[in-house]
Amino acid sequence: MRTGEPSVPRWAWVPAAAGGLLVLLPLVALLAKVPWSDFGGLVTSESARVALWLSLRTAAASTLLCLLLGTPMALVLARSSFRGLGLLRAGVLVPLVLPPVVGGIALLATFGRRGLMGHALEVAGVQVAFSTIAVVLAQTFVALPFLVTSLEGALRTAGRRYESVAASLGARPTRVLFRVTLPLVLPGLVSGAVLAFARALGEFGATITFAGSLQGVTRTLPLEIYLQREVDPDAAVALSVLLMAVAVVIIVVARRDRSAW
Amino acid sequence: MSGALQVELDVADRDVRLALRIEPGETVALLGPNGAGKSTLLGVVAGALRDGASRVALGDRSLADGTTWVAPYDRGIGLLAQDALLFPHLSVAANVAFGPQAHGVRRAEARRLAEAWLERVGCTDLRRRKPGQLSGGQAQRVAIARALAADPAVLLLDEPMAALDVDARPALRQLLREVLRDRTAVIATHDVLDALLLADRVVVLEGGRVVEDGPTTEVLARPRSAFAARVAGLNLVAGQWASGVLVGERSVSGSAHDGLVDGDDAVAAFRPSAVSVYAEAPAGSPRNAWPVTVTAIEPSADQIRVLAGRLSALVTPQAAAELRLAPGSEVVFVVKANEVEIYPR
Repeated sequence: MRTGEPSVPRWAWVPAAAGGLLVLLPLVALLAKVPWSDFGGLVTSESARVALWLSLRTAAASTLLCLLLGTPMALVLARSSFRGLGLLRAGVLVPLVLPPVVGGIALLATFGRRGLMGHALEVAGVQVAFSTIAVVLAQTFVALPFLVTSLEGALRTAGRRYESVAASLGARPTRVLFRVTLPLVLPGLVSGAVLAFARALGEFGATITFAGSLQGVTRTLPLEIYLQREVDPDAAVALSVLLMAVAVVIIVVARRDRSAW
Repeated sequence: MSGALQVELDVADRDVRLALRIEPGETVALLGPNGAGKSTLLGVVAGALRDGASRVALGDRSLADGTTWVAPYDRGIGLLAQDALLFPHLSVAANVAFGPQAHGVRRAEARRLAEAWLERVGCTDLRRRKPGQLSGGQAQRVAIARALAADPAVLLLDEPMAALDVDARPALRQLLREVLRDRTAVIATHDVLDALLLADRVVVLEGGRVVEDGPTTEVLARPRSAFAARVAGLNLVAGQWASGVLVGERSVSGSAHDGLVDGDDAVAAFRPSAVSVYAEAPAGSPRNAWPVTVTAIEPSADQIRVLAGRLSALVTPQAAAELRLAPGSEVVFVVKANEVEIYPR
């Protein structure tokens, strides 16, 4: 006998399966196109190694930046109330819906040599555009909303009751944050960070617009793939599989950590 | 000791307006129906609710008034809610050590304090567990230890036993009775037994106003407000414990608590609904059978309340008719011993 759980309407399986195929089929097709005999050589070429290393470093730096900036942002959005909060929340989410290339242009308009802050930065002797810093800024710009929304949701779900108890025990707000609030939302924080890292790793449009494509400086793996597609399609496919493998490994590791808690 | 707790509430949007003064070392029970203002009162005192027109002072230190606002963490007011709310990511010992550490006590000393409080509440063997591995009663014991380890000047208890199994309540009540002795505390409760055993004084709230305020036994035995009469109306017989029986105005047998010793002052409590009324003493000589003279009869919901001096019984209208009850009737009140609880005073 089966339990009386409410069942999914039978017809829903058809579009669900179609959707699954739409996502999975291209991945399978990609794997099918990999020139496996040359795979090792293609993914360990000088330019590929440089690009992968740059991608990992910049994505890690962006994730750290997202944590440092996004955690307080999520706290403000989830725990305070003031006029214009709704507008602020909508603004924070803009990079989610903005085409990345537009984000790149906007960043250029801000930090570029003739941008809003360009002069001030130039006086300070900092050249942002077309540097590795630009890569990190572009990735942070697009990845931040992932961390903020994920963490804000976790904070709302956790509620404030434990925080009130901690305050009644004499804990000041900073102690409450580090000893109670953040440990309670750690799963949300980790999944937000994983999403942000994955988004940063795959960043392309804003990076190429704002940071350009200099080998070893701003040419991350997605840029390298795009470049190779023109000259060596086999290499592009092999590198795509490499990027996919990195993403899968990160997600699997993060999942295993979470289930252990 | 930090002086008396003084509260003046004026929360217009909840229609709560009252003033209360609680002396150092006094435990006050707040009784009242839902929405009477109990939670509002506790919230304003704890600092969870902010309201410009209310004033809270502890001794000569103002915690809240028109110009002052002391943050909850700086008030020295402890909270014990229905749910234990132990921090789920910390061990039991770390939960109890949280308050002392928040006050700047060093880790080793905080651990020692936590151990001492866990011993006090009888949970030493749970110290390494996580809150998820505790029963409701155990968690609430640990929550008591945690609240008291922070050394609050005033402890607020919001229905501390409402979420527990009925079986777990007596032991916890006993523990609260021990730790609240000589402590300034306010307990919001629905349970008359909480008020009777834990509080020196009962304040009844109704519609955001204080409708009754007096010593516990007086308010519970002779309630004047409608709410207190409904929940209380408990029969209370005071006397002294002697060889397994309470000897006072009447001799009462019942289940004794708290390791009563001969000569202790004690009080027996039983609900009017536990009293049966007979025209003559029934056969089998029950231990609690008292000949009484009916002094008044009044309706109480769909039953009849039979008053005989300070005792009262609840009977059905049919029973009242069969017994031909009227003021002056000579009847016998009978209570089973297991319906009577006897406590030290």
